[in-house]
Amino acid sequence: MDVLELARWQFGITTVYHFLMVPLTIGLSVLVAGMQTAWVRTGKVQYLKMTKFWGKLLLVNFAMGVVTGIVQEFQFGMAWSEYSRFVGDVFGAPLAMEGLVAFFVESTFLGLWIFGWDRLSKKVHLACAWAFSLATIASAYFILAANSWMQHPVGAEFVDGRPRLTSIWAVLGNSTVLAAFPHAIAGAFGVAAAFLVGIAAWHLWRKHRDGNGDPEDGTADERSTAEAEDRRVWRGSVRVGGWVGLVSFAVLAISGDFQGKLMFDQQPMKMASAEALCSTESPAGFSVFAYGDVARPDCENVKSFTVPTLLSFLANGDFASEVKGVEQLIDEYGAKYGTHYPDDPRLGELAGQPVDYVPNLPVTYWGFRLMIGFGALATAAAAWVLWLTRRDRIPRTKWFPRLALAGIATPFLANSFGWIFTEMGRQPFVVVPNPNPSGVDGVWMYTAQGVSGLTAGEVLASLITLTLVYGVLAGIEVFLMVRYARAGVAGVMPPEEPTDDESGESGDTLAFAY
Amino acid sequence: MDLPTIWFCIIALFWLGYLFLEGFDFGVGMLLPKLGRNDTERRVLVNTIGPVWDGNEVWLIVAGGATFAAFPGWYASLFSSAYLPLLAVLVGLIGRGVAFEYRGKVDSVRWRRNWDRVIFLGSLIPAFGVGLLLSWNVLGLPLDANGDRVGSAFAAFRLDTVLGALAVVGYALVHGGIFLSLKTAGELRTRARLLTMRLAPIALLPLVALLLMVQLREGSAWTWVPIGTVAVAGVFALARLAAGREGQAFSLVGVAVAGTVVALFGALYPNVLPSTIDPAFSLSIADTASSGYTLTVMTWVAAFGTPAVLVYQGWTYWVFRKRIGTHHIPAVHTP
Repeated sequence: MDVLELARWQFGITTVYHFLMVPLTIGLSVLVAGMQTAWVRTGKVQYLKMTKFWGKLLLVNFAMGVVTGIVQEFQFGMAWSEYSRFVGDVFGAPLAMEGLVAFFVESTFLGLWIFGWDRLSKKVHLACAWAFSLATIASAYFILAANSWMQHPVGAEFVDGRPRLTSIWAVLGNSTVLAAFPHAIAGAFGVAAAFLVGIAAWHLWRKHRDGNGDPEDGTADERSTAEAEDRRVWRGSVRVGGWVGLVSFAVLAISGDFQGKLMFDQQPMKMASAEALCSTESPAGFSVFAYGDVARPDCENVKSFTVPTLLSFLANGDFASEVKGVEQLIDEYGAKYGTHYPDDPRLGELAGQPVDYVPNLPVTYWGFRLMIGFGALATAAAAWVLWLTRRDRIPRTKWFPRLALAGIATPFLANSFGWIFTEMGRQPFVVVPNPNPSGVDGVWMYTAQGVSGLTAGEVLASLITLTLVYGVLAGIEVFLMVRYARAGVAGVMPPEEPTDDESGESGDTLAFAY
Repeated sequence: MDLPTIWFCIIALFWLGYLFLEGFDFGVGMLLPKLGRNDTERRVLVNTIGPVWDGNEVWLIVAGGATFAAFPGWYASLFSSAYLPLLAVLVGLIGRGVAFEYRGKVDSVRWRRNWDRVIFLGSLIPAFGVGLLLSWNVLGLPLDANGDRVGSAFAAFRLDTVLGALAVVGYALVHGGIFLSLKTAGELRTRARLLTMRLAPIALLPLVALLLMVQLREGSAWTWVPIGTVAVAGVFALARLAAGREGQAFSLVGVAVAGTVVALFGALYPNVLPSTIDPAFSLSIADTASSGYTLTVMTWVAAFGTPAVLVYQGWTYWVFRKRIGTHHIPAVHTP
């Protein structure tokens, strides 16, 4: 493999991995801040227990998100130096803002929150939770603005062979980021929701099975009070998770529809590839499932189950309009951006070769469908759990915890496939030219032009190292997650520990220490 | 001063923040096996930086991000040229960050010992790598006309850059030792102080040598001033430490770091990345600066953002100002 391929694999692996941690961090930190707010406002111990339990799982995950994020920021310069030189004037600004405005807040207030239980007043401590959780969302906005600029360059002019920023407001208010932001944030809440539902459903079911979860048959002694409280913790978590899940999936569907319409306008090739729509159709149908060889743009061998006219509706909001197919787009892109790569020795084997404007069709086609499919599964799971646990019910079937636990994976998978689809779908470009007038003329770059002038050995070394390190750490994180998730509330709050922080019994000891 | 020069100074400021703050984190990590004689003592050491290490590390990310935004050519050439050293820094930082968070999560001697090793290496390697990177940046690297590295992937390893790497490692050890004398209580405090006093004369030698070498090779008359400041502040810092005034010693180290950064970036100015192949290939502030509009936007962000960061990070240090001793460490509670 050459430097380009290695660097792409590395970016793909590290980014998909990073984005396993990120959505859980974003969604869960806001939910934990909400739980803590409930505790501060009502004083009910069940909310404190929820805060502590989910907060602990949040921290196990947070650390991984933070450390893998550094790789993302450095990787542009390390492996994609030509890209960095080309876009730095525009693209660097939102990244630097993310650091200065969001990431500083996130990491500083997270530290205050972890260690501040006995050092800060309840309200200030709660404010710290909100500070870091809202900062994770701000962080997402800046990063998505940077990414959206690669999909739809705006707020720039083309000077001396490079884009130059003309309006930061245009970059931060890019239509692409306005649609991507609610989509990504809702995706993050979907992950956190499924996480809550899965783990809490298992605990709820187990407590019920063991028979000590029912408040009616408990005696009035302290133990059963604690058990009843725990039961409220799990029940509350399941219900919160279910509802958050349903709402986020609604937001995902609506924002996804907006994104789809923008994409038809801004990146027609990506959407045509998402559909494996070979030739232009009017009206166009939506392919639900295809078999045969989707990899070939001439599509001779593809049989597909299609919902008539739906694609026209998704693209343009009516049931009759034309949707351009891959074959016609190839010609259009060729006419606009050239049929051959420039004869630049930096492009290596690609120099002077014809440009393949079609993204990897199986990846875009199936990535798009798997994103939607797993999203739909997650929605169904949330609705199902809410139905099963309605009006204080606890299902006895052992399928309840099993499916709820398996459901944790679905929004993670939907997120990953969504990103794989959208990033693979913009190939062969790293900065995508927008054929329709909303894009800036002349601002685009082939992925092959963006890579650093490194030796393949260097990139191979980093690809192997990072993949191995990430793999080992993934194992450790899952191990810790399972351990703490299984242990339940007792794992994070020793029963003898005074639940009210005003107690002077602990004396000089720190409330929390590593 | 024009905007690009102001941004050159702001990036120097971010490096100053990073070296001063994560400098002692690295020192604590490297001193962990030597100073922490048992698990409780090691927990004391780790917890002196527990609430703050993550915020400290962001200074590096912001230094990188600001370089990307303000001087894309500098960021691109430096980061791609120093590919493998940066990879080592990243892997070290990844391991260290996770280790702080995870070491107490399982109650097993082996588990903790392994994470302690990660903390040690994850402090030593990034300190070394950052020193290598900075000194390579100041002393020059083999850049061609496009700003790409010529020569092997290990071109960053030269005698003079390894000296720079050792300078940061040695400084971090001393700085970490002073920080621990300031933040721990009881016997640990005394041991940290005595160890630092014993280490300092050797550990600071590479820094002195680096500064003199940079001055003789790249410096101008005025850069003797910051170098003199480093020497005076360093000597006084150790004297105050010996007198048991750790707070003053710690502040004086801050002065010495500021002097070091001014001397290094002063020697660099008006270049951002000198080429050892041909001075014509050297990247200068003017060559690599972003457009006036981008720098104006970034200046507004930095003008409001940086003071805010200083205020709330300063507040964090105030909240956790108490010394920590072994008696503060709570019992282990893990599932």
